[in-house]
Amino acid sequence: MNINERLATLKYNKDKESHLTVDNDVCMRCNDKVCTYICPANVYEWNEQKCIMTIRYENCLECGACKIACEKKNIIWRYPNCEYGVKYKNG
Amino acid sequence: MKNNKVEIIVVGAGPAGVSAAITLARAGKKVLLVERGDCAGDKNVFGGTIYAKQTAEIFPKFWETAPIERAITEQKIFLLTDYNSTQISYKYASKGAYKAFTVNRSKWDKWCSQQAEKEGVYYAPKTLVNELILKDRNVIGIKTEFEEFYSDIVIIADGVNSLLAKQIGLRKEIKDSDVSLSVKEVIKINKEKLEDRFNLDEEDGCACRILGGPLRDKFALGFMYTNKDTISIGYSISLDEIKKLKVKPYELLDELKAHPTVSAYIKNGETIEYSSHLIPEGGYNAVPKLYDNGVMIIGDAAMLVNNIHFEGTNLAMLSGKLAAETAIEAINNKDYSKSSLSKYHTKLKESIILKDLKTHRNTIEVIKKNIHTLSSLYPELACEFLEILTSADGVEKKVKYRKFLKEIIKKGTISSSIPLAILAMEKCLKK
Repeated sequence: MNINERLATLKYNKDKESHLTVDNDVCMRCNDKVCTYICPANVYEWNEQKCIMTIRYENCLECGACKIACEKKNIIWRYPNCEYGVKYKNG
Repeated sequence: MKNNKVEIIVVGAGPAGVSAAITLARAGKKVLLVERGDCAGDKNVFGGTIYAKQTAEIFPKFWETAPIERAITEQKIFLLTDYNSTQISYKYASKGAYKAFTVNRSKWDKWCSQQAEKEGVYYAPKTLVNELILKDRNVIGIKTEFEEFYSDIVIIADGVNSLLAKQIGLRKEIKDSDVSLSVKEVIKINKEKLEDRFNLDEEDGCACRILGGPLRDKFALGFMYTNKDTISIGYSISLDEIKKLKVKPYELLDELKAHPTVSAYIKNGETIEYSSHLIPEGGYNAVPKLYDNGVMIIGDAAMLVNNIHFEGTNLAMLSGKLAAETAIEAINNKDYSKSSLSKYHTKLKESIILKDLKTHRNTIEVIKKNIHTLSSLYPELACEFLEILTSADGVEKKVKYRKFLKEIIKKGTISSSIPLAILAMEKCLKK
């Protein structure tokens, strides 16, 4: 089962703006880019050409792992505004 | 609610927050319970159970009306090697003496919040608290997306990431060794098939903990819980360990699901929900300062989880109750200072929460040091021993025994041949 199939099992209400932000200049200097593999929803992807972090915030499971694991403490992490984000039916 | 002012505000309608709010309402206090989800439970995940005795202290005889899934009657431990496994089972009769239940958190948390409302709690879902309001170093209220609310005391129950505890300096940045990342799937399976596979009577349930296999040599634990017609399967792993592995969390879950012993339970099931959550597993040494002027922290926000014994929801509820009792006293005395609220800490120290966490303050260190023994060596030796005991293949027994003993000497150091459980217990009993 791939990650897209997994995320397709979930109900989300997508906000217009991202609740996750990074400073791309800091990401550029980051060797490990832990966020690109530790996120259980595969939210982060480094775009080598544009030198920016692509953040698919609409898939976020709101766990908080990225913020803690980031070596550069470069992820500004907050909860999505109310009525937005993931909505678990089983939990 | 006059001028947006109550006596107490509780932030977060999980097990801790609801228990605090309901205890306050029962004492006649005006309490506002806010929750960021559309409903309580929308944002909550666990790989676990609720415990009957401690839950009943908040919701007496809850099993008669609450949405529960199954009453746990069997606890299993799976020791996995790459392809084989040894399973240890403890089975008991549940009738009339429930110990633990599996629940669907969306339904369960919603039910709990409804009970709180019935008992007089002002309940405000769809309310995200952006920050606490401070005046002269006292917490005096909350600022939500749209308005402000004021109270004599704020109880913070906003979960493991607790942005509010951090705002007022009660919590520092979380260390990645103090939390575990957990991923989980809920897999739908025909009810009769599920009961056959787990050998369960109707309404009875099984809790499985999984060591080794793809999780070998990692501070990680797999789990499987039976619900009515679904199985919750997942694992948790220390965040610092999965960082080092450079593996995607769901790929490790795939490996666990593919292990022959595990896959037999879930085969032909349909994954109906994938989820992830952090568990505060730092134990006693990671518990932050729990109170200040006009504020207390409870539940996961206070890192009150005993991962050695799989306890979290029960400690959340108890901490909520103890904070509420402290608040009732403080309101009656009109004293909301930190010296008044320090009684919450005293109550925690006198309760099983901090007593047990203190008992286990060094256990995680022992387990981490001996993780190879626990997650790799024990499963292998158990399987090899049972293989020798049960296989008839024409090879002389003495030859097999000699080979087995040689393996133990080769694989294990002297310390790891001392059963780890005894080592850990001995460490706990040292003052």
